[in-house]
Amino acid sequence: MTEPLVKPKKKNPVLRTRLATLPPVPRSRTALGLTRAAAEGVFEMQVCADCGTVQYPPREVCGSCLSEHLAWKPVDNRGELIATTTLRHSNDLYFRERLPWRVGTVKMAAGPSVVAHVHEDCAEGGSVRLTLKLDRSGQAVLHALPEKDTPNMNDAPQLRESTCDPKFRRVLVTDGKSATGMAVAKAMLEAGANAVFLGDASTWKTVPAFDKLVASDPRLQVVELDVTDTDSVDRLAASIGGKVEILVNTADYLRDGGILNRKDVNLARDAMEVNVLGLMRLAQAFGPGMCFRAADGSNNAVAWVNILSIHAHAALPARGAWSASKAAALSLSHTLRAELRGAGVRVMNVFPGPVDEEWEQLTPPPKIAPSGLAKAIVKGLQDGVEDLYVGDIAEELRTRLRENHKAVERELGQ
Amino acid sequence: MSAATSPAASAAPAGKRRGYDGVAVTVPVTIPYVRYSTRSAHWWLGRALAELIRGAGIAKGEVDGVCVSSFTLGPDTAVGLMQHLGMSPRWLDHIPMGGASGVVALRRAARAVQAGDADVIACIAGDTNHVDSFRNTVSQFSRFAQDAVYPYGAGGPNASFALLTDYYMKHYGASREDFGKLCVAQRDNALKNPHALMKKPLTLQQYLDARPITDPIHLFDCVMPCAGAEGYLVMSEERARALKLPYARVRSTIERHNAFPEDPIQFRGGWAMDKDALYEHAGVAPADVDFLETYDDYPVINAMQFEDLGFCAKGEVAGFIRANEFTIDGSFPFNTSGGQLSVGQAGAAGGYLGFVQALRQLTGGAGRTQVKDAKIGVVSGFGMINYDRGLCSGAAILERGATQGEAA
Repeated sequence: MTEPLVKPKKKNPVLRTRLATLPPVPRSRTALGLTRAAAEGVFEMQVCADCGTVQYPPREVCGSCLSEHLAWKPVDNRGELIATTTLRHSNDLYFRERLPWRVGTVKMAAGPSVVAHVHEDCAEGGSVRLTLKLDRSGQAVLHALPEKDTPNMNDAPQLRESTCDPKFRRVLVTDGKSATGMAVAKAMLEAGANAVFLGDASTWKTVPAFDKLVASDPRLQVVELDVTDTDSVDRLAASIGGKVEILVNTADYLRDGGILNRKDVNLARDAMEVNVLGLMRLAQAFGPGMCFRAADGSNNAVAWVNILSIHAHAALPARGAWSASKAAALSLSHTLRAELRGAGVRVMNVFPGPVDEEWEQLTPPPKIAPSGLAKAIVKGLQDGVEDLYVGDIAEELRTRLRENHKAVERELGQ
Repeated sequence: MSAATSPAASAAPAGKRRGYDGVAVTVPVTIPYVRYSTRSAHWWLGRALAELIRGAGIAKGEVDGVCVSSFTLGPDTAVGLMQHLGMSPRWLDHIPMGGASGVVALRRAARAVQAGDADVIACIAGDTNHVDSFRNTVSQFSRFAQDAVYPYGAGGPNASFALLTDYYMKHYGASREDFGKLCVAQRDNALKNPHALMKKPLTLQQYLDARPITDPIHLFDCVMPCAGAEGYLVMSEERARALKLPYARVRSTIERHNAFPEDPIQFRGGWAMDKDALYEHAGVAPADVDFLETYDDYPVINAMQFEDLGFCAKGEVAGFIRANEFTIDGSFPFNTSGGQLSVGQAGAAGGYLGFVQALRQLTGGAGRTQVKDAKIGVVSGFGMINYDRGLCSGAAILERGATQGEAA
């Protein structure tokens, strides 16, 4: 049984902070199919369209019938752990710092034998389930997990390396006063966060629910933060930048309006200020500090969460300026991901459909409750995914975009 | 030596294979190993070639065929090496088969000599070992290793062999004491071999008490990477006699790649597919074999070779090890140079070590490691952990041709 994680001690500022190292990065281009699956939190391997053979490691042609028709598909993730070893030596810096490290061979029910990281609660010879996760380098790896969940299993150091569990971590919610921000804060506390910093851009405004929330838990701390103000962002980073291990950017500027129904770009500029330049200011202020602490003990800095929208992928013309800002933020997130990857800090993009909050008042259901969105974000962090689609509308649009993106474009414009 | 029949399926080759009549294998050379070298692979291979030419007493231009194996020659291949060494061979091969290279080079070269495509072929294998060579070789070993093994702890071959050793010990009854007995015997042999890097005796207790590296692999289960080179010449018996060179004959050979892909983990090698064909073609039985030189990057592979080459049945290796002595003067002379475990693993030269030692045994040039009256020797090779298992296997049955006394 996994020993529960011990609450990390206060950082000793005199000791040198361990810098981040990464597990091996190189993969063949085909093997990045596993990375795509892991990023989306699904378990897929190549399956031969002609003979049905499941392929592993990823191949260019079928290892059985030589067909070139190999498609990534969900496959049975169960298997038997037929051999294990515990590494007490490694050629790689990342692993050297984390020894001992358990790996094993799993004979999959689907056919292949795979080498996987092996959870400490898995018994040799027993049944396991495999899961694809992103390791600290952002590349996919297989983890063998016990057949059924075991107590504290997410606390196992090996699994914690491939996930971004909020337990014992400190979280900055950039707009803590919005419905989503408050819900995220609550969900983080429930998930065992050590502290949640609630950004407040409108200290002049009284929001009873916010005041009630702040009074409910000593782990909550209100901080002044206006993402449109570089000084404000820098001030906060100077104050708490060294403590933020998960940053959830809930700041948003959602207003109706397209292009031709206005004679100015003010609304668009305001949306860009918050959703694009705000993200950039936050990244410039908090990113370097998070990178510096990306391997700093069991509460290392792990994740940057952008709450985007499914409309980052497909514009909603009725909210054209806002959609454009979300699309720009999505693009920016790819750059941020590339820049944070060197330290192993994960960027998780969240793509919700409409959320049931004040600026979506006139949007017909179905809408996601802020608490549902927040729970999905926590689970996404615990699972360690990179792209998170939340709600039926988001899932439906995502599927339809794959099927016919022109149909989506026409229909959203009606 | 005792023989046992194995129930493993054999894959008889289609048609009748020709023998290796008239082929001589000669001039075993070793360029003394060092733990780390500041030289490049070209230096080691070049020295091996020079030693072969000097040993045969021929001119450089008389070597008209070259076969090369090396992991650290890059970005060059055998082609670039020829210009580097100023050679103009009419036959050239590059064999990237690691531990199977020594046997496979013989197979290629012997047929070329028989066919008249080349008269004198130098088979050379060598690698340098810079302080960082091993890590670089392991991290970029193969696509499957890069995609599906190295990211899992970067343990290199230790980790892959740990997994199959774990499985093998649980299913086939070999214990650490059994592996230890082999390692101790090899060390004993190595103390008689001036080329061996390991110079201190090893006791079974030291073996058992060694620090764990990757369970169940402990320190003395691992080879020490080093720099070095090995080589031999293949020519006609006629030519060898004319040059007054002691030589060995080839009774038979086998090779196999990616054997038993359906096995969930490796517990046998390609020898199990081909051993019946090997002995039948050679006209000898395991009981006729005077000594065995296996590829021994880890003791578990020795155990598999005992079984898969027919010296004992699958699953009976523990009893076989307990019933025999593996030193040079023991009941089953085995890895008489000390093997890679005690000599060192000089990259691809590790795939030549057993072969070159077998040539010494059969030509009477093994010095203090000489097995008395050695007439028939088996050399086996095993190479290339591509993903989860070693893919290449090979073996050769060699026979005494002319010894040093007879040739002169």
